[in-house]
Order: sequence, then C-alpha cells, then structure tokens
Amino acid sequence: MTGTDELAIRAILAVPLAAALLLAALPGYRLTARLNVLAALATFAAALALLAGERPPPGPYLIVDDLNIVFIVLGTLVGFTTSVFSASYIQHELDTGRLAPVHLRFYHAMYQALMFAMNLALLANNVGLMWVAVELATLTTVVMVGIYRTREALEAAWKYFILGSVGIALALFGTILVYMAAHPVVGPGRDAMMWSVLVQHAATFDASMLNLAFVFLLLGYGTKVGLAPLHAWLPDAHAEGPTPISAVLSGLLLNVALYAVLRFKLLLAANPGALAPGPLMVTLGLVSLLFAAFMLYRRRDIKRLFAYSSIEHMGIVAFAFGMGGPIANFAGLLHMVLHSLTKSAIFFAVGHVAQVKGTQKLADIGGLTTSHPWLGWGLVLGVVAIAGLPPFGMFMSEFMIVTSTFARGQLLAVPFAVGLLVALGALLLRLNGVAFGPVRGSVAPARASYVPMYAHLVLVLGAGVYLPPPLVAWFRHVAAVLG
Amino acid sequence: MSGTLALDVAHVLAGGLVLVSFMMLYQDRLSALLNIFALHALVLAASVGWQAEVQGAPHLFLTAGIAFLFKAVAIPLALHRMIRRLGIHREVETVIGIGPTMLAGMMLVALSIAVMLQVTEGADPLAREDLAFALAVVLLGMLMMVTRRNAVSQVVGFMSLENGLVLAATGAKGMPLVVEISVAFSILIAFIVIGIFLFRIRERFDTVDVHALDRHRGEQP
Repeated sequence: MTGTDELAIRAILAVPLAAALLLAALPGYRLTARLNVLAALATFAAALALLAGERPPPGPYLIVDDLNIVFIVLGTLVGFTTSVFSASYIQHELDTGRLAPVHLRFYHAMYQALMFAMNLALLANNVGLMWVAVELATLTTVVMVGIYRTREALEAAWKYFILGSVGIALALFGTILVYMAAHPVVGPGRDAMMWSVLVQHAATFDASMLNLAFVFLLLGYGTKVGLAPLHAWLPDAHAEGPTPISAVLSGLLLNVALYAVLRFKLLLAANPGALAPGPLMVTLGLVSLLFAAFMLYRRRDIKRLFAYSSIEHMGIVAFAFGMGGPIANFAGLLHMVLHSLTKSAIFFAVGHVAQVKGTQKLADIGGLTTSHPWLGWGLVLGVVAIAGLPPFGMFMSEFMIVTSTFARGQLLAVPFAVGLLVALGALLLRLNGVAFGPVRGSVAPARASYVPMYAHLVLVLGAGVYLPPPLVAWFRHVAAVLG
Repeated sequence: MSGTLALDVAHVLAGGLVLVSFMMLYQDRLSALLNIFALHALVLAASVGWQAEVQGAPHLFLTAGIAFLFKAVAIPLALHRMIRRLGIHREVETVIGIGPTMLAGMMLVALSIAVMLQVTEGADPLAREDLAFALAVVLLGMLMMVTRRNAVSQVVGFMSLENGLVLAATGAKGMPLVVEISVAFSILIAFIVIGIFLFRIRERFDTVDVHALDRHRGEQP
C-alpha cells in the first residue's frame, strides 16, 4: 500500500467531515459558501488521486475496488459542481428572504455531512458500516428538504423521513440476515460483515437465507433508490427542498442506494443455490419505468416533473443491471453516470428558472429561450439529453440496453421500449410549453452561474460523440465484475 | 439443563415482545399507547440483557442499557409531555378498525414464523426462533405505521419496529457493530422526536385530507 492512496482515502472522508464541523461553527454565508465549494473541490481531487493511484488492499472497514471507484469519482464531481451552483442559488434565496443566514450555516454543514456519509457508504467494506452511513445520509437530506419550513416542505420531509426510515429498517434486517448466513461459514465477528470476505465465501452460504436477505435488502435500499412502488417520498422531497438538494438527491443519493443493491446482488450471483437476483430487479425497474413514464404527463410542477423522470431513469438502470451480461451492465453503468450528470444539470437550470419566475408551476413558465436564452437553451439541451435523443450519451446507453434486451428476451424489450417512448413524448411536450412559445412569467434577468450546468452538458454530449478508450476499458472491466 | 433454561427464557422474552406489539395494535388513545410502548422497550431491554448474559457478550449490556434508559424512560416521557402540550392525548385515530387490524397482525405473525423457520433450518435454535419473533415484531410495527394517521403514533410504530431489529441483531451471535447500530438508531429516533417537537407538525394532525395535499403538490389545477 503506497502512502498516497492511504492519504487519498482518508481525505475523501476527512475533508467533508472537517468541513461540516467548520461550516457549522462559522458565521457569514459568503465565506461559508466559498469554503463549501473549496471542500467539495478538495474531495473531488482526492477521489481523482485515488482513481489514478493503485488500489490499496481492502482494510477491515474501508475498501476501494473497481466498482465503487466509479461511484466515488462521479459522486464527488457532482458534489463539487452542485456546491458551485448552490453558492449562486443560495444568494438569491437570501435576497428574497426565503432563507435566513442562520439556516445557511446549518445548510452548508449538512451538505458536507451528506458528502461524508455518501463517501463513507461507498467506501465501506463492512455491511453494518455501510448501513449506518446510508442512514446518516438520509438524516442529513431530511433536514435539508425541510429547511424552508413551509407546510409543504415539512410534509415532504416528514414523508421522506418515515418512508426512508422504514426502508432503512428493512435494509438492516436484510443485513442481519446476511450476517446470519455468513456466520456458520466465516465464523463470528467482524469478518462475517466484510465485503471482501463475504464475496469470497458467498458460494458456501446457506442459499435460502441469502435469498430472504436479498428480498429485504432490495426492498429496503430500493426504497432509497426510488423504485416504484416504493417511490412515494421522492417527488415530494425533490419538489419542496432547495434545488441544490434535488440535484444531489437525484444525482448522488439514488446512486449510493443502488450501489448497495448491486453489492448484495454480487453476493447472490456468487452463490449457485440462491435465486437469480436479475428478474427481481428487472421487474422493479420495468414497473418504475412504465409508471413514471405515464405519470410524467400529469405533472404540473417543474421540479416534480424531473423527479418522476429520475424514477424513470433509476428504473432503466435497475432494469439494465437486472438483465446483466457485459453489454447491459456496461450500458447500465454508463446510463447511471450520464443520468447523474444530466439530471443535476437540469436541476441547476430549473433552480434558476424557478427563482426568476418565482414559481415552480409549469403553466406559469413559458418562452424561456426568448426571455432567458442561456437558461432556456441549457434546459432544452438537458431535456433532449435526458429524453435519450442523439447526439447525447444517453441515446447510446439506452440503445445498448434495448438491443441487448432484444437479443435475449424480446418480450421484455417491447414494454421497455414503450416506456422510453412514452417518457420521451411527455418530456418533449412539457419542454415545448416551458421553453418555446409566448413568454410567461417574469422576464427579470437571471443571476446564475451557467458553468456547472454547461460543464455537465458538455460531458454528456462528449460521451455521446466519443467515449475515450480508457474509459470504455474501465467500464467494461466493471461490467465484467458485475457479472 | 442450563442450556434449555437459557433458551426458554430467551423465548419467553422474545415472545413477550410480540405480545406487547399486539397490545399496541389495539390501543386507541395516545397516552395509553405510549405506556405500552414503554413496556415494549422494557421487555426488549430484558431480552437483550438476557442475551448478553447467555452469550457472554458484555457489550450487549450497553445496548440493553440504551434500550431501557432511552426508549423505556426518556422517549415516552418526552412524548407524553408533547402530546399533552398539543392537546391530543385523548385522540382516537385509526384508519381501519381494531378487529381487521388484529386479524392482519395474526396473519403477519404466522407468515413470519412460517418463513423464518423454514429458511433458517441450519442456524442455531436460539438465533432461529429469535429471528422469527423479531420479524413478527418488525411486521407488526409496520402494520401499526400504516394503520395510524397521527404522527406520534407513527413514530411509536417505527420505534417498535426498531425494537424488533435490535432483537434480531442481538440474537445473531457475535454480530459486531450491534451497539453502534443501536446508537445510530437512537440518534435517528431522537431526530424524529425533536423534529415533531421543533417543527410543531401540529397542522398535520388535523389535515389528513388527501386532496389538500394534492393541491399543495400542484397536481390539481
């Protein structure tokens, strides 16, 4: 183990934790907003260092392998760009008096605490530690969703809290069952909760116990992924909280929960007697996709619209990983990364749009490309990307999922493709009303930071036009690991 | 001889927890519900303490202590104070009647025992039956959460669910991090209780009209 990797792992955890404590203590929002950006940048740099360096051998509590490094780099990147967006977003909220400076102290501290919790969940080599980290991430986001203290925000936070807690509780029961399954083989104590040990010995675990555990884990962490029918908290939490939090929820937290499901899926896949986890995930994914696609038509709130779109895309990703195999896994991984980037870019645009127009109602927003060209066209590009149209990268990942599904089970490919098309129609319909046509709502100039949004869009466009061979090789390798 | 006694006492305590869960199902007043919850936590503390003794795992006494001090004493007291302040201590509120709820509860217990005993044939008997009871407590807690509308009784349902999880975790012999997990859960619950208290979700108690919520969500024109 070289020193730098050790240092990088520590930095990924220590920087957000220290920043959370520091930001809680510091007054003055200008300074704290900058420090927030700085801490997020440092974390991202540490993640890149980890990516570039050698993989250290797994420790008793922390692990870095080919699977979680993808999530860590993605998470810290989106965490960093969102903190940049957050700085300009928060400025406006202060000016309009929706948030007081004292709330901001809290907000920034919680933002960094969330980064810490997510990185810990991703790096954890211990199923119990991972569970604690996911719980911590839930708590911090609950607090941030309710930060506006309006009736709706409290309602949303409460709903998220209760549903999230039940999900977390089910996941813990599953975790205990995994330990019970591992116990006779690995022996008591810490080893029976370590990923690296569990995966090696999974083949000899009691299969029925593992099956039961996976059902609980899928339902538990699946609640946090936002898979239908466990998604009820997601639209409210996205719509009522501050928009940077919507971006982080969609871009990061859903992925972290999905990562947990994938880890446990690996355990089941390694056990010949256990049920195949694929069909369960395919079913949940397909239900989420179809449900969300039809629900998109009935949305009247712009943040809710994109929240349902997140459900749809998490469904697509779960479907792809459920299908398995090198192509579908590759496509699922790519789709997850691109969805995080695109959806957070959309929320950056939506956040400023809602601030300028003073409303989130779709009916009161119109003609954005005329009144606010930068914001409007950014939103158009983002929606075109998220709808899966070329030349953006998500076209490619969706295309790969559809073709690989067609090759293996045509009956599944049809509803999947229908879901994609229905969602495409809904998104373009809504986009038309919001971005084009007569101008509705305020035309006051937006004080926005366009850099994070366009940076994400450029990345997504780049992925659609040209995927660098090292990236392809890396993702292929991870897809092979996922089986 | 002492082995069977250890097993029997553990069974009595775990079974007692299921029984108290049933008692919570038919409480229709909040203050009575809180008292029964305190009893629930007390039985849990005894059960965890017994496991600590039998397994020779002194750290579990810590979990038992947390269960007793925090969940059997502190939380019920705080909630009692809160509901009296909010003036809802006499409130009667269930979504479906007591009878159907009890029937559903019985079915859930049967289900959990049928599932767990079949699945865990290889595991050691103490853990095995503890796990079946624990799953029953978890499911009953969930049932309680869906059959109640009031935020406080939902929280009580969640806490009883969590007690079931602690029972399962302590029953799994030698499982590490049990203490940490119970601490993490206590923090979660403290957050919930403080949340109700600070944010004064008072309004929640009188508007449970789904249409009102739909209007807030902007899904109705």
